[in-house]
Amino acid sequence: MTTTTPALVSYDDAVRRYDPVIGIEVHVELGTRTKMFCPAEQSFGAEPNTQTTPVSLGLPGALPVVNGTAVEYAIRIGLALNCQIAESCRFARKNYFYPDVPKNFQTSQYDEPIAYEGWLDVELEDGTVHRVEIERAHMEEDAGKNTHVGGSAGRIHGAEYSLVDYNRAGVPLVEIVTKPITGAGERAPEVARAYVQALRDIFRVLDVSEARMERGNVRADVNLSLRATPDSPLGTRTETKNVNSFRSVERAVRYEISRQAAILDAGETVIQETRHFHEEDGSTSPGRVKSDAEDYRYFPEPDLVPVAPSREWVEEIRATLPELPQARRRRLHDEWGFADAEMRDVVNAGALDLIEATVAAGATPAAARKWWMGELARRAKQDEVELADLAITPAQIGELQRLVDSGRINDKIARQVLDGVLAGEGDPEAVVVARGLEVVSDDGPLLEAIDAALAAQPDIVEKVRGGNQGPVGAIIGAVMKATKGQADAKRVRELVLERIG
Amino acid sequence: MSTISRDEVARVAALARIDLRDDEVDRLAGELDVIVDSIARVREVATPDVPATSHPLPLTNVFREDVPQPALPVADVLAAAPDAQDGRFAVPQILGEE
Amino acid sequence: MTDLTRLSAAELAETLARKEASSVEATRAHLDRIAAVDGDVHAFLHVSSDDALATAADVDARRAAGEELHPLAGVPIAVKDVVVTKGLPSTAGSKILEGWIPPYDATLVEKIRAAGLPILGKTNMDEFAMGSSTEHSAFGNTHNPWDLDRIPGGSGGGSAAAVAAFEAPLAIGTDTGGSIRQPGAVTGTVGVKPTYGGVSRYGLIAMASSLDQAGPVTRTVLDSALLHELIGGHDPRDSTSIPEPLPPLVEAARQGALGDLSGLKVGVVTQLQGEGYQPGVLARFHESLELLTKAGAEVVEVSCPSFDYALAAYYLIMPAEASSNLAKFDGMRFGLRVEPTDGPVTAERVMAATRGAGFGDEVKRRVVLGTYALSAGYYDAYYGSAQKVRTLIQRDFDAAFAQADVLVSPTAPTTAFKLGEKLDDPLAMYLNDVATIPANLAGVPGISVPNGLSDDGLPVGFQILAPAKADDRLYRVGAALESALESTWGAPLLDSAPRLG
Repeated sequence: MTTTTPALVSYDDAVRRYDPVIGIEVHVELGTRTKMFCPAEQSFGAEPNTQTTPVSLGLPGALPVVNGTAVEYAIRIGLALNCQIAESCRFARKNYFYPDVPKNFQTSQYDEPIAYEGWLDVELEDGTVHRVEIERAHMEEDAGKNTHVGGSAGRIHGAEYSLVDYNRAGVPLVEIVTKPITGAGERAPEVARAYVQALRDIFRVLDVSEARMERGNVRADVNLSLRATPDSPLGTRTETKNVNSFRSVERAVRYEISRQAAILDAGETVIQETRHFHEEDGSTSPGRVKSDAEDYRYFPEPDLVPVAPSREWVEEIRATLPELPQARRRRLHDEWGFADAEMRDVVNAGALDLIEATVAAGATPAAARKWWMGELARRAKQDEVELADLAITPAQIGELQRLVDSGRINDKIARQVLDGVLAGEGDPEAVVVARGLEVVSDDGPLLEAIDAALAAQPDIVEKVRGGNQGPVGAIIGAVMKATKGQADAKRVRELVLERIG
Repeated sequence: MSTISRDEVARVAALARIDLRDDEVDRLAGELDVIVDSIARVREVATPDVPATSHPLPLTNVFREDVPQPALPVADVLAAAPDAQDGRFAVPQILGEE
Repeated sequence: MTDLTRLSAAELAETLARKEASSVEATRAHLDRIAAVDGDVHAFLHVSSDDALATAADVDARRAAGEELHPLAGVPIAVKDVVVTKGLPSTAGSKILEGWIPPYDATLVEKIRAAGLPILGKTNMDEFAMGSSTEHSAFGNTHNPWDLDRIPGGSGGGSAAAVAAFEAPLAIGTDTGGSIRQPGAVTGTVGVKPTYGGVSRYGLIAMASSLDQAGPVTRTVLDSALLHELIGGHDPRDSTSIPEPLPPLVEAARQGALGDLSGLKVGVVTQLQGEGYQPGVLARFHESLELLTKAGAEVVEVSCPSFDYALAAYYLIMPAEASSNLAKFDGMRFGLRVEPTDGPVTAERVMAATRGAGFGDEVKRRVVLGTYALSAGYYDAYYGSAQKVRTLIQRDFDAAFAQADVLVSPTAPTTAFKLGEKLDDPLAMYLNDVATIPANLAGVPGISVPNGLSDDGLPVGFQILAPAKADDRLYRVGAALESALESTWGAPLLDSAPRLG
């Protein structure tokens, strides 16, 4: 299939001359034990079609029953996003034919979502905060999975047939829809990315989902339109699907801005369509043109009765909400007293949890930050892994710092101990003992080493006695060398001066 | 007075994924016309002040505990499949993307 | 030896309990009867002899061992083919499900099996319960045992005919707009539509989810009460299932049979008589009112003006819900699959070809009508408006039940018409349900009790309606009427039916 590569305007140019408006729809799979409307277990990686009941298979005669825990999770999400929780809401049928939708309708919510009118303040890497308004969050069920067989590269077009697995059919989803996100300007791609990331963090803290984008637990559809100025009416928007990572969210927005700018520059109209994102090169291409123009014929689901969460129940749930990521960051920032830039670096490096745990293990915030953002960050970069994946724990860093603080080892030796722990030799204490790295605290061996050093450099004694303390450093250096660095330099100096007299 | 045209019937049949022969479309257009005419009288009494009822019984909050029950055995799931392969339903090629 | 097939279910149950006959004998007797007459009646689509005899043998063994059994244990039953039965074909009268063997049982079937009732087989019906004559079955007509050239009513003509022909003492039907009651009226049998939610819909192949109800089809009022108590009750697998237990129905039937209705107010609905109702039907109706008065009831006239719109509302709501419920029949997972012979074989085209070939004319008519009523731009005018009429009908019922304890009308406007007579005029066919439909829209229960023969020698029925959840009133009044009628006739009505076979 030949496609003409569309013209693109450079991003910077496009964003200077047009005002982007974005909209993001995020679907999150809830981590309940069973499906939304039937008691089939849901888990990752099961053999095909081993997790269905007549309900999730869409067999004739089967009826849905709402998973109460899924409703609770949906309310949790709504509250975390500062939404109103509906006093009464209903499910609706979204009717369309597709082999991965066993009933050929999806049970969802249409004009009565469980949560609506919320917001989320999203923090960008440089500290700028952008408030994203949330239109609604509603409950629905997931579809099964089609695997396309034959044709080119497993993509649908040109496939000979498809194999369908209904394990995922019926898994509970919450769909979160933003209002048009305006005023982000050239930072729109960052805002989009940060928003999805912030949602992901919230889902994890709320414990409503494993929230791994690479596993498809969190899916984002990115909408974008351009207008001449912030005062112009909204332009025609496109929707880009198959955006599978935070980075892709950002890239998809950037690409669409460039592409749409080129179209508008040429005096043409942007086609309202669904587009597909390509990981390989960050581009988007048109999806299938839907002939039905999406007449979903929504009507209230007659097999289910309304969900009317009492205000008592909502407050009960609100009371059990954990501290949300942003509030937690602010609190830790206050407690730790880091500068704004330092805190941002910590957050961006993914070191927040690690530092918090290290502080809990007894280290000061400053010491914790020194290790994680210093030596360990260097190691992580060198080994090309995430900080959290290094073979050392916050508890071990706490122990290491205690060893330094107590004087049993010094900073330089601590680095060797670190090596030992990362190499799998055990806890810091064990490495110190095994490698014999403990700082010599007994004066005896120190004096021996001092005497030997003085004997080797007799002229220094004369110089020091003569009033020049400088050469003492050479003796200290020799002693440190003799003790393989395992000496407290300060104590050595004291003893040398005593010895010399 | 024709309220449902032949084209309309064809459009709706496509939406409902039902192949109709030409003569079926013609016949349906005529029949549905008559039916729609007569049932359109509901509009006479369906004034804005009357709320809609979607359920005969005023039940709310019917929930299920999040406790797994045994799934259908795979053999049962696939038993009636017109075509199956590798434990999955084999269906003809699907056009387009979704 | 008593002809076991001429006994009512209650009489047969007693015979079995007294061990005067075995369940195997009773089941065999009915299977023999089916073999003798069903060639003419064609009530059955599938006869499950082995299954039935196995159940019967098991019940006999348990009875012999002194086990306590359900009152109806060992009494054979027929089940309308719209009810899903594990291991037995369930076609819903449609080619699209020809040969489909469900992997699960409907809840009501589980109850029947648990109580030990041998299932004789599955009965014929209008395809997907859409019809009033069973002429829309894909598998041929069922013939009215009173006159084999006439319709047995619909959609549950098979169950009614089976019971009327003494092929089964009990049968299960479903009623969405009168499909139990109207066949009852035209075959001289008893048919009950329970309060919506009174009997689980789990396992009923859905037509209109907010209207469907399963119910008993029998020859006596007491038999219906016994069967209703067996199959009714809360089901956690049906979200629309009434949480409270059934009122005592059998007790109400026994009480009613004593014939004292003093204190009872009977409301005659103005809109459910008059034009369109055959003179014979009306004559029998008025005679029955006389009998009720003689039994001590007070007859009043009530007006329910919105009932004039009930048919119209029904023929919008029902096709709309059905169009969505029938979307699952697409040849992908079960049932018929037809590939188009011209052009590419894609999922979309296979779905359309399958449904085009697998659905009959009436189903196509209603699915297209329903799809139209829900489609964009038409929802408010059609489906939305119809749901408002529903509110008005409920209000009229509420007001009427403030004036009377039960409401009454002729069950159907005419006696059984000839096969083929109304096939070309869908609207004329729909008018058969004009008296039964209001109850489905409001969810209130109704019973049809045979109350005589019309001038043409064909049976007519007397309909009694009660407030939601007051199903016991149906049985009290129904039993009283039945008792009074049989006194005047000297024998049950069906004794005057022509001898078959």
